[in-house]
Amino acid sequence: MPRSSVSAAYWLGFRHSLPFVLVIIPFGLLFGVAGSEAGFNLTEVMGFSVLVIAGASQFAAVQLMADNAPVVMVLVTSLAVNLRMAMYSASLTPHLGAAPTWQKALAAYFMVDQTYALAIQEYERRPSRSVAEKIAYYAGACTPVCPQWYVSTLVGATVGQAIPAEFALDFAVPITFLAMLAPMLRSLAHVVAATVSVTVALLLAFLPGGVGLLIAAAAAMFSGAQVELWQQRRRM
Amino acid sequence: MSYSTGAIWVVIIGLGIGTFLLRFSFLGMIGNRSLPEWALRYLRYTPVAVLPGLVAPLVLWPAATDGAFDLPRFLAAVATVGIGIVTRNNLAGIIGGLAVLYLALFSLG
Repeated sequence: MPRSSVSAAYWLGFRHSLPFVLVIIPFGLLFGVAGSEAGFNLTEVMGFSVLVIAGASQFAAVQLMADNAPVVMVLVTSLAVNLRMAMYSASLTPHLGAAPTWQKALAAYFMVDQTYALAIQEYERRPSRSVAEKIAYYAGACTPVCPQWYVSTLVGATVGQAIPAEFALDFAVPITFLAMLAPMLRSLAHVVAATVSVTVALLLAFLPGGVGLLIAAAAAMFSGAQVELWQQRRRM
Repeated sequence: MSYSTGAIWVVIIGLGIGTFLLRFSFLGMIGNRSLPEWALRYLRYTPVAVLPGLVAPLVLWPAATDGAFDLPRFLAAVATVGIGIVTRNNLAGIIGGLAVLYLALFSLG
């Protein structure tokens, strides 16, 4: 296979993901700030960004730990935020399944919303590309985005402690969550799920450490799925 | 926050391994088999099921005001969601939300 087509695919992925750098930098900074405000030291904050490398679940874990939720609750709730990754994994398998295991392990480690979204669009546009080209595109898409996550977390965690309280950075976490969330509200079922989640979580807020949230999330998932089913049946 | 160093690392490493396994699941272990329809239907709603419930108490009862309702923070939250829905853009939501937060803190506070 021509070496040049693989390298062209890499640079195509690289170019496509460059705009996401603008999103990753503020997210990473905010995570660094939120982590150090919650009382984690620099190694621990970096531990999250390097070992987990999944923004929303990292924010969720830090928030729950700021409330002293039990370790099991922190793990279950934060992992629930990442369940969608299994869906991403399933949808990439027809394209990358034939690659060597070490490449698939790296692809899995670097799988974030942005790299997944770019890759699957590209693979569906050009399904006949070779596995090597598809992996190269994926690697290209990860290059601008993923290392930025570490660097901006590091900057946020280092600089964050120097920012005075008047800047209300405590509220950067809710704003980040809401900004991630709003574009996901793309159907009636998603809106219903979000509404059920909010209502049940507020009603059960008196329960200790994350229990109310877990019940709220289960109720919300069920409601979303039911609304989707109901709409499907009405259309038939 | 009151955890031992060990407990903190249990969370970090546990979350790291668990997240990796979710990402590696089909690619590396299960292979080319599709998820059943009902499972996909539930998975689709996990982010919108978890994040709103997590964020709602933070918006209504902020820790920085010892849990008292705070109008600037509430307005900033509403603006972030509104901008996010209209623009479908994470960054626009963050910038707009922070702008409203500072404007409201400055003019109401």
